[in-house]
Amino acid sequence: MSDSPPAGAGSSGDRAATLTRRQSYERRARRRATLVAAGSTLAVVLALVILVPLAPGWEAVRKSFFNGAVFRETFPKLLEAFTLDLLIFAWSAPAIAILGLLIAVCRDVRAPALYPLRLFAIVYTDIFRGIPVILVVYLIGFGIPGLGLPRPWNSPYIWGSLALILTYSAYVAEIFRSGIESIHASQRSAAMSLGLSQSDTMRFVILPQAIRRVVPANMNMLIALQKDVALLSFIGPVEILRQAGVYKSLLANFTPYVVAALIFLAVTVPATRFADHLMARQARQRS
Amino acid sequence: MSKLVLEKVTKSFGDNTVCRGIDLAVADGQMVCLIGASGSGKSTLLRCMNLLEPIDDGRILLDGIDISEPGLNPQPIRQRIGMVFQSFNLFPHMTALDNVLLAPRRVHRKSRDALMGEVTDLFRRFGLADRMTHYPDQLSGGQQQRVAIIRALAMRPEIMLFDEITSALDPELVGEVLDVLRQLRAEGMTMVLATHEMGFARELADTICFLHEGRILEQGPPDAIFSAPQHDRTKAFLRRLTA
Ligand SMILES: Nc1ncnc2c1ncn2[C@@H]1O[C@H](COP(=O)(O)OP(=O)(O)OP(=O)(O)O)[C@@H](O)[C@H]1O
Ligand SMILES: [Mg+2]
Repeated sequence: MSDSPPAGAGSSGDRAATLTRRQSYERRARRRATLVAAGSTLAVVLALVILVPLAPGWEAVRKSFFNGAVFRETFPKLLEAFTLDLLIFAWSAPAIAILGLLIAVCRDVRAPALYPLRLFAIVYTDIFRGIPVILVVYLIGFGIPGLGLPRPWNSPYIWGSLALILTYSAYVAEIFRSGIESIHASQRSAAMSLGLSQSDTMRFVILPQAIRRVVPANMNMLIALQKDVALLSFIGPVEILRQAGVYKSLLANFTPYVVAALIFLAVTVPATRFADHLMARQARQRS
Repeated sequence: MSKLVLEKVTKSFGDNTVCRGIDLAVADGQMVCLIGASGSGKSTLLRCMNLLEPIDDGRILLDGIDISEPGLNPQPIRQRIGMVFQSFNLFPHMTALDNVLLAPRRVHRKSRDALMGEVTDLFRRFGLADRMTHYPDQLSGGQQQRVAIIRALAMRPEIMLFDEITSALDPELVGEVLDVLRQLRAEGMTMVLATHEMGFARELADTICFLHEGRILEQGPPDAIFSAPQHDRTKAFLRRLTA
């Protein structure tokens, strides 16, 4: 390589000449890997496309799950119903973040007079992490309106959302708590040595760092929440899953469910990628 | 009069007794250096002095007042005692300036504007005027440690504790931090240092205390300790350093 021109001197034509031996080896290896990956993916897709339709029930499945006419007919309405999911998500998510944070902080209080708060936080997280979401949705979503409350307090939207908020904030609280515990004790020492109070130390030193650190984990909770909003369909709100169910009965066809699944994916896949990206970036920063 | 006095201070972690009856007096404007092997209890002793660790027995007096009284609120006392750590411990999510302003604003309830003049002066005095808006990870180790010192000084402490503040620094950065200590020394700050910088201790300290297994085996002026150590342990420790 001693006779290669200095970096940047060559035109694009002889750029390969400026690569080190290792770089050109890696470039060749990368090219081969890409080719192999593309080839094997193609083979699998072809196999699926050719083999699946050979299955005896394929024609029936195609008609009832992948029906183009039904797809076109139901898609706009389902998309509209999905805005209700987004709405429920939009008001639940901030409530979950706030409640989760409060509970996480409660678990950390040291003052004996505040012990009841701490106990409450412990019991709370135990209970709501221990019950299946759908059960909480049923119990609260049917139970509380069953008290015969006047409008609008008998709305399943309110109590269904509350069920999600209660459950998810228990998980989010644990995430925040793990964030708080991940902040090194020396940060607390430094803050205390300056004469800051316990609560100022928490508020200005520990929490801002802890919250940042658990953003990716909380992103994953948000994605899970986005999907679990569909559980409210069991107690009344006509959101996308329930709307798809209505169409299924109406048209005697399962395609609306596939449409609903695609709509969910359109939101959750980018969100998941984004969360992964955040997580990878954080891992890089901390290493 | 002594600024800070330790009387028979004992401290254990579980069944590991780290301080076994420490007696120490730090006079106003004095600089006291704690030396001793790793694990001899230097950091623990410093942490006890500003009540980051509660002591088991004995007393700690600040201006003649017992601050080690169990149940006493440590906050107002810590405000009077500054501490700087080996690992800087700057708050990574704040700029250098905000690191320094946080405690005076929250504890002394002063406004940012009221503090700005004084704080800018501190940054200028320690050669960091152009680094105030940088975040800790944009600063070198030596700069971070100087910010940590400024942060402690901004509370206008009556006494400063330094726990091996140059040990985590690259050798070429040690000098700039020691210069800060020289400056504080010249200004008459009362200081207690745990340090492995023997040359520095010898040059500036009024008193050297040699700690061994939680006891002060020997203390005295630097010349006495370094040139004519009395105790075998002290001799062995100093010999190992120079070897
Ligand atoms: N928070 C703690 N919990 C339990 N043990 C501790 C704690 N802090 C210190 N120790 C123990 O106390 C002893 C003295 O530690 P200390 O850090 O005070 O020594 P040191 O003289 O500062 O050492 P070094 O020169 O390595 O900093 C060690 O045995 C250590 O394991
Ligand atoms: Mg130490």
